Amino acid sequence: MWKFIIPFGLFVVLAAFLYVGLQRDPSYIPSPLIGKAAPEFSLPSLQDAAYPVSSADLKGRVWVFNVWGTWCGGCRQEHAVLVEIAKQNVVPLIGLDWKDDNAAAQQWLRELGNPYAAVASDSEGRVAIDWGVYGAPETFLIGPDGTVLYTHIAPMTMEVWAKEFLPRIEAAKSGKGGQT
Amino acid sequence: MTRILRALLLALTLAWAGGALAIDTERAFDDPALQARYDSITRELRCLVCQNETIADSNATLAGDLRREVREMIAAGQTDDQIRDFMIARYGDFVLYRPRMTRMNFLLWAAPVLLLVLGAFAVVRVVRRRAAEAALEPEGPEGGQS
Repeated sequence: MWKFIIPFGLFVVLAAFLYVGLQRDPSYIPSPLIGKAAPEFSLPSLQDAAYPVSSADLKGRVWVFNVWGTWCGGCRQEHAVLVEIAKQNVVPLIGLDWKDDNAAAQQWLRELGNPYAAVASDSEGRVAIDWGVYGAPETFLIGPDGTVLYTHIAPMTMEVWAKEFLPRIEAAKSGKGGQT
Repeated sequence: MTRILRALLLALTLAWAGGALAIDTERAFDDPALQARYDSITRELRCLVCQNETIADSNATLAGDLRREVREMIAAGQTDDQIRDFMIARYGDFVLYRPRMTRMNFLLWAAPVLLLVLGAFAVVRVVRRRAAEAALEPEGPEGGQS
């Protein structure tokens, strides 16, 4: 009797693992940043290099950090969604223009609309490395205590925004209200 | 004679082509010891944009930035472990081509030993049972045949 049950059981376990494996996206790498302190940065603003965009100014607020570039196809794809999200006026959207040409990026925002409260210009790509960015567009949600609450590594969609971001934003905001 | 020459020519061409394939051709350091460290580290860090290449092999922009980061960290006197930790903190264990043993993948590392022990256990059991059967056979009621 066991002669059949054991191999069959092993087969079921293996099949279950393979089945789950089929559903997963091998290019998705979970960010080790979730639950950790968001890396600090201070970079010149895209619009005016004299004016710095700094993470320290966002302390105590829930904010969204979006990494993009004019060279990035997925960023063009998601841009209309970001504009839509900015209209909701739930959280400030901070952009990181990653290894980009400033003039081209300014042109892009004039043409497609500017959803960002501020855009930091990371022409050397150092801040992107600190945030573990490997494929734009990437979008991070940062809590009032400066921890990374969620990351989305793909073009933003309204579905992802409503399902993954909004509930976490609500929780972060009410959590902050409850503590103080 | 011409055959040998031809073979030699082919070998030389191939050898030269191999050199042309290298992406990171610029030497990072004049000091050969530092250059050796640089070479070995960049060859065991994964480029996350093009997942099956190391950052030494990839011509992706991010790989170039990460090579610059490694170069600067070596120049600043950081150890190989510090550089690896820097990368793991940002990109996770996946950047390492030589994975570490962690709580998450402990079972994977232990699997060969576990399977060996399990197999040995099974063999011992089967051998013992057969030995017991063989010992019993001549006295068994159906042992008359031999």
